[in-house]
Amino acid sequence: MAGKTLYDKLWESHLVREEDDGTCLLYIDRHLMHEVTSPQAFEGMRLAGRKPWRSASIVANPDHNTPTEHWGDADGGLKEPISRLQVETLDANIKEFGALVYFPFKHVNQGIIHVIGPEQGTTLPGMTVVCGDSHTSTHGAFGALAHGIGTSEVEHVLATQTLVAKRSKRMLVKVDGKLGAGVTAKDVALAIIGKIGTAGGTGHAIEFGGSAIRDLSMEGRMTLCNMAIEGGARAGLVAPDAKTVDYLKGRPHAPKGADWEKAVAYWDTLKTDAGAVFDSVIELDAASIEPQLTWGTSPEQVLPIGARVPNPAHEADPQKRAGIERALQYMGLAADTPLTEIKVDKVFIGSCTNSRIEDLRAAAVVAKGRQKAANVKRVLIVPGSGIVKRQAEAEGLDKVFTAAGFEWREPGCSMCLAMNADRLEPGERCASTSNRNFEGRQGPGGRTHLVSPAMAAAAAIAGHFVDIRQFQEARS
Amino acid sequence: MKAFTHIDGLVCPINRANVDTDAIIPKQFLKSIKRSGFGPYLFDEWRYADQGEPGMDCSQRPLRVDFVLNQPRYQGAEILLARDNFGCGSSREHAPWAIEDFGFHAIIAPSFADIFFSNCYKNGILPIVLPAATLDKLFAECEAQVGYRLNVDLASQKVTTPAGDSFDFDITPHRKHCLMNGLDEIGLTLEHADEIRAFEGRHQVAQPWLFA
Ligand code: SF4
Repeated sequence: MAGKTLYDKLWESHLVREEDDGTCLLYIDRHLMHEVTSPQAFEGMRLAGRKPWRSASIVANPDHNTPTEHWGDADGGLKEPISRLQVETLDANIKEFGALVYFPFKHVNQGIIHVIGPEQGTTLPGMTVVCGDSHTSTHGAFGALAHGIGTSEVEHVLATQTLVAKRSKRMLVKVDGKLGAGVTAKDVALAIIGKIGTAGGTGHAIEFGGSAIRDLSMEGRMTLCNMAIEGGARAGLVAPDAKTVDYLKGRPHAPKGADWEKAVAYWDTLKTDAGAVFDSVIELDAASIEPQLTWGTSPEQVLPIGARVPNPAHEADPQKRAGIERALQYMGLAADTPLTEIKVDKVFIGSCTNSRIEDLRAAAVVAKGRQKAANVKRVLIVPGSGIVKRQAEAEGLDKVFTAAGFEWREPGCSMCLAMNADRLEPGERCASTSNRNFEGRQGPGGRTHLVSPAMAAAAAIAGHFVDIRQFQEARS
Repeated sequence: MKAFTHIDGLVCPINRANVDTDAIIPKQFLKSIKRSGFGPYLFDEWRYADQGEPGMDCSQRPLRVDFVLNQPRYQGAEILLARDNFGCGSSREHAPWAIEDFGFHAIIAPSFADIFFSNCYKNGILPIVLPAATLDKLFAECEAQVGYRLNVDLASQKVTTPAGDSFDFDITPHRKHCLMNGLDEIGLTLEHADEIRAFEGRHQVAQPWLFA
């Protein structure tokens, strides 16, 4: 008999029932929440007079609207009344409905929900995890089946502890070999999206495997799974291993005592069996991946740093040509410009893709003893959580950043989507470690280039994009 | 949820691939804690020449006349024609809320992003997948013919053009049933509450740490 994929195992271990047409009810272990996609779900519950099925599955925290400065002000820096209302609505809803973990605005552990979940040990291998947020795919780094869902589904999970879903197809993305110096999980993620396209994973759950993936830290695996959704896949997965177990040991909500032993033994079974069949397999050679940079308005519009801005005249497909032309116009770029000649106005290092301690360390290595370029107006460093922030401060990273002329901020989503005051002005160009370069994502008219934390820090220092490999060599 | 059975409606074409949910409804409108009122801000950055903020009176705002939704011939459209990967990006259900509130009931595209696709069903919108070549034909006809309408029938799972060409589409029986009857999915699921409880009991025995 053919073996099972990790995805199949996770699915089957949560299957409550299945209709003839393949519609399944899937039991949900962990429900993450933030202030933007939950208010209408709680309101729906209230209107229908429903009670939550298991509020102890909920981990919540405001992150999208919260400011990253002026926390000491009377209003905590939360100036806009409608943002305040949304944050207060989450407070009130959690108070009424309950939660396992709730960090209100300005709590010492508050942060981006996808950073705090793993940090608290509330994301565990073998779980099903949902959140009204597409980057829930991040939690797949632990070998959990993690889906982003809409607000109606948030309400459905609140009321029934289940999700109505159909099996996805299974895709294996295999990256073997050793990554070169200066090449990070972010570059791997972007290279994969460049290869499969933003719709390449639609209808699929992607398992990432191969020696280069096993070599990644947990932080790197989170970066990779985080961007599975940018490749169209609702879920990304990495099989748990010793690194996963080490990361989780001793976390506040990780299993304890006899449960820990039992859990670790179970997690050890969570891997794709030999002989299991995937619907599609994509292979990349780690050594051939170079530092990546997006040039357009979709994450698939990505190139290695040594390349030039594409020329639409070389594209035969009229739809694609029009797409390139539109992106170049929006981005204010001329065809054939070397990517390293593109100047930046702002730099953002943060988001659920790249705001963990390892990301900040990588940026600090580049920034140490250097100065932000004069043409760069602002460099925001936004840690993913209070815990990341304190760790970075304990290591003196904040001092490295401020000495370089960077701003050290409070945790939150910040300029990843610019729902708070951190944003680009129309026409401004940003080197960003976030996950989406859509039109207007970082502020109306703003221009986003997605890169790794080291590449972002290097752009801040040089004032334009640089090949991090040459930049680091120049120093040593 | 509203039911969807059948519609014969004016068609509006959005002729670009990878239309993302940030474009469908920009982030500043996500600050609302309500479920309605998003229609005026649908495609806000493409539709208006100024910068949109929640609560603005859109009837006074300057329009970008070249954007399709602003062209007189598409006023009152109820069916959206789209290209590949429509609705990619964030999980925000505000995107289908805005589309529905604006007056669209069906979207036809060669492919949709997964989360957006399932969000549509929860809001009485029928997302229809047809082959890219069929979409090419529909786009061409729609652009050539002012007042172009399509007939969408869920019971027979058919899209029919004014010339009488008709195209079959797929939908799972579960989704079809829910959409045709405007059913509350939570109510349906709770009919299986005993099964959920039984599963939960077994799950807790197998993995007690999940319930600690
Ligand atoms: S950091 Fe960005 S992508 Fe991540 S949850 Fe926040 S807004 Fe979404």
